[in-house]
Amino acid sequence: MTSDIESIQSEALAAIDAAQDLRALDELRVAELGKKGRLTAILKTLGGMEPEQRKQVGGQVNQAKAALQQAINARKDALERAEIDAKLSSEAIDVTLPGRGIEPGTLHPLRRTAERISALFGSIGFEVVSGPEIEDDWHNFEALNFPPEHPARAMHDTFWVNGGSHVLRTHTSPVQVRTMQARKPPLRIIAPGRVYRCDSDRTHSPMFHQIEGLYVAENVSFADLKSDLQQFLSLYFEREVETRFRPSYFPFTEPSCEVDIRYEDLRGRTGWMEILGCGMVHPNVFKAVGLDPEAVTGYAFGMGVERMAMLRYGVDDLRLFFDNDTRFLKQFSAFGNVFGAAA
Amino acid sequence: MKVSTHWLNDFIALDADAAALAERLTLAGLEVDEITPAAADFSGVVVARITDAQPHPDADRLQVCTVDAGNGEPLQIVCGAPNARAGLVAPLATVGGELQGDDGPFKIKQAKLRGVASHGMLCSARELGLGDSHAGLLELPEDMAVGADLREALGLDDQIIDIELTPNRGDCAGMTGVARELSVLYNCDWTPVQAADIAEASDLRRGISIEDGSDCPAYFGRVIEGVDASATTPVWLRERLRRAGLRPKTPLVDVTNYVLLELGQPMHAFDADRMRGDIVVRRGKPDEPLTLLNKGEIVLDEQALIIADDRGAIALAGAMGGDSTAVGKHTSNVFLESACFSPQAVAGTGRRYKIHSDALYRYERGVDPSIQRLALDRATELVQQICGGKAGPVTGTATSQAPRQVTLRAKQLARVLGGEVAAEQVADILSRLGFAPQPIDAGWACTVPPHRYDVTVEVDLIEEIARVVGYDNLPGAAQPVAQAFAAVPEAMAAERDVAGRLVARGYTEAITFSFVDAEADKLLGVGSTPIAVDNPIAQHMGVMRTQLWAGLLDAYKRNAARSQGRVRLFESGLRFKQGDGGMAQTRTLAGLAAGAVAPEHWTGAPPASDFYAVKADLDAVAAGLRAEKAGHPALHPGQSARLMLADTAVGWLGVLHPSVAKALDVPGAPVLFQLDLDALLGGSAPSYAPLDDQPTSRRDLALVVDEAVSAADLTACVRESAGPQLREVRVFDIYRGAGLPDTSKSMALGLIFQDKSRTLADDEIDAAVARVCEAAQSQLGATVRQ
Repeated sequence: MTSDIESIQSEALAAIDAAQDLRALDELRVAELGKKGRLTAILKTLGGMEPEQRKQVGGQVNQAKAALQQAINARKDALERAEIDAKLSSEAIDVTLPGRGIEPGTLHPLRRTAERISALFGSIGFEVVSGPEIEDDWHNFEALNFPPEHPARAMHDTFWVNGGSHVLRTHTSPVQVRTMQARKPPLRIIAPGRVYRCDSDRTHSPMFHQIEGLYVAENVSFADLKSDLQQFLSLYFEREVETRFRPSYFPFTEPSCEVDIRYEDLRGRTGWMEILGCGMVHPNVFKAVGLDPEAVTGYAFGMGVERMAMLRYGVDDLRLFFDNDTRFLKQFSAFGNVFGAAA
Repeated sequence: MKVSTHWLNDFIALDADAAALAERLTLAGLEVDEITPAAADFSGVVVARITDAQPHPDADRLQVCTVDAGNGEPLQIVCGAPNARAGLVAPLATVGGELQGDDGPFKIKQAKLRGVASHGMLCSARELGLGDSHAGLLELPEDMAVGADLREALGLDDQIIDIELTPNRGDCAGMTGVARELSVLYNCDWTPVQAADIAEASDLRRGISIEDGSDCPAYFGRVIEGVDASATTPVWLRERLRRAGLRPKTPLVDVTNYVLLELGQPMHAFDADRMRGDIVVRRGKPDEPLTLLNKGEIVLDEQALIIADDRGAIALAGAMGGDSTAVGKHTSNVFLESACFSPQAVAGTGRRYKIHSDALYRYERGVDPSIQRLALDRATELVQQICGGKAGPVTGTATSQAPRQVTLRAKQLARVLGGEVAAEQVADILSRLGFAPQPIDAGWACTVPPHRYDVTVEVDLIEEIARVVGYDNLPGAAQPVAQAFAAVPEAMAAERDVAGRLVARGYTEAITFSFVDAEADKLLGVGSTPIAVDNPIAQHMGVMRTQLWAGLLDAYKRNAARSQGRVRLFESGLRFKQGDGGMAQTRTLAGLAAGAVAPEHWTGAPPASDFYAVKADLDAVAAGLRAEKAGHPALHPGQSARLMLADTAVGWLGVLHPSVAKALDVPGAPVLFQLDLDALLGGSAPSYAPLDDQPTSRRDLALVVDEAVSAADLTACVRESAGPQLREVRVFDIYRGAGLPDTSKSMALGLIFQDKSRTLADDEIDAAVARVCEAAQSQLGATVRQ
């Protein structure tokens, strides 16, 4: 009897190992372990045995059944795995083919530049504000201490509209005026936007962009202005920028200043390049907006967004910004957005 | 302002080269544009005299000259200049000398010209870098020493420093002003101009009266009798004019220009014999005519300040003289004017009469009211040196004005600069600048010198201190700033987010000009009245855009022409129009899509950007946007919609009208949209609603309706009639064709039902669907398609 059981087990194990698919395996299971199986048949004879023998043979049969069940399970796992492997291998694709669907566009490099500048000043508490582009003479000139017919006005090639009643703002500085009229100091604002000058050639566009900054509080000083701009320029260009603060003239600031940065051209020649204008808010501007020049001081600055973008990204032709050639615009799709693109 | 370092040396001795001077001036607020040499880099050029000139035997245009170059040996020089003649003194480049040509330096060699030997080259001004003239030989004064090296004789080793003066520094619009400034910056002395004593030898005079002293604080004049106006201006004076950028003319004009450059004081020379009676400085009369020196005819008014004689206007004060009293070669008696007109009185003259003159430039910025007598004597001295003549008595008058007083407080200086400048240094700088500081309690009382028009308030003095110390050398440190929160209203979407979503949907941002072609704007707008630009840069930029499509279509056309067929652009900016309450400036978002929605792909061509594709893009930008069938003059009448947010019209979406596309030469059929940005950005903060866990049931229903029934009509009817358990209705198919009448379509709807608290029974849903069918039938004539 013992040898019968052993031979059934070894026979069945061989058959299980040889089963080529799940169906054959299942048939084997039914044949060997089912009600009509040989082992079940042996169990049915146990009733006629002596208790000792019954115990021994019953144990052997159950051990054999367990071994067969284990072998079937293992074989089933292997067969299932093979089946999945075959299916997966038939489903393999060429992962190097391009993806499908929408290709994202890009933000304009001037927006990218203006946002980056705004974000840097935003990090020290400057708030982004905006203003109208058609301005009246008072906001664009007079409140900014440009008297009528003053020679400084001639430096702004002004576009007039509506039969002379208004101008296209020649700078973003009217936003200073509007902000100081609307809010109480302390004030820290940054105002990017379009400006217009009646001049058009390779290096002048009749429409371009400026960013205006204004900080008004009880004791804002020229030292604050220098320190903030110095830090800003190095952070904007992501390198230590050598700067030069040079006296200049704007009707709406006194002292007035232009800031140059040290540059090196492609031939290795170095020089100074003017990059922004700034100064301490002129008392007449405070008076025009109803602030007491004894109570507050302030600094203001303005820079050209195009120039900042050209220097940062190596763009050598101003006109590209307004040509809207998608081959140009798409070069500014790099992620990193307003922060972090390497120079 | 072009400043010759040699001329500067007349007034100040500085041990600094031009580059160092330029750097110092720049850092003090007088920005130097460039430094240029007074002449080209040449050598071996001497002063020579042509002693004989004969026609070349074989060339009509050449002459064979015998030239005395001062070394005893006459030289034979072949020369093509038309003014080569015996007796002429001219520059000669000797053999071995070097000139600068267009392609670099070249050496002068012996040569044969048409068979005749030439031992050097007689030179024009241009060949020596001394001017533009190439019409003939540079004519040198007859009394120049023959044989002298030209560089030495003319002092050509001079550098020209070109200063770009800011409008506040009119005081530096003359050599003496720059010298005075440098004396402050280098802390050294300078020598002002000392005019000779002029002996009065004629009794010719012109009386002068000034109607309003505030227009003209000073006016002096004098007649010089019997001048030789045909004399030649000496070469040194002409050279100085040339180096300052002025063209030498006649001696009387050259002298007035010279004084203008030297002292910054504009002068004018009238032909005294062509004047009638005395001089009046007054405002113009309405319609009073004046013909200017440049033959320009102008009509005066009460704004114009003029010089008049008994017969009327003879000069536009401070700007330009009149033609009727102009000096010429035959002028014998000259009247010299040296006046100070106030900046306010001449303001606007240049713009009104389109005149730019060196005189006006200075008067607009302010001329020192204390130097008119000095300038008159200086000019008289020079006229007499060159043209002879007897000086008459000086007439005229000056209104003395009390000098301006400005106080500088030490505390305010430190407050504005953010650091302390030592009191002794402040006082020293102020006094070097001529402000005569008097120490007072905690500050200085300053008297503004007459040439400093720009200094009117305390902060002007603060700038003076700062710029003389040097902005980069100022003491002080930045103070930390107290930070405060800024409000961040959640319901206010950022324009940046809208732009970001469009970018994610494949749109690239464009920036186009705000001024556009009036015709294009009219074609693309909805009839708003545009705001015209008075002085457009070009005709096609004549109006402020009332819509953003003109710029985008232009950009699309340019890209399409470069074979970029798939173009998706958007722009964010203002549009403008004449409104009832004035000019409206509206923040606007607009876009354009043409070509496929996505790049070409190997799995199949992506669909074209049609109305529905762009509509989905806009849904991504603004939740709740609704399209309402409406016509727009620039859009396809069957494929255009007014965009609504709640009950507010916020923009347009549609395919460009084919006839507009044709008129504007736009290829294809781009889809356009435009939205009022501010309407999109308002909103409300999200609010949580509990999630429904009950099962949903879907019933599909195909309804046949007339073509005129829109999806919105049908779904509205479904929503109204289905009852509160209808969660959603979807249109999942549209069918037209076999089995349906021509003017009908079948819309297949998916109705999704759900109750908040229980599973819906089939008969409840059946009843709802029956209500829907009945309502659709009675309201829209719909029949159920079996």
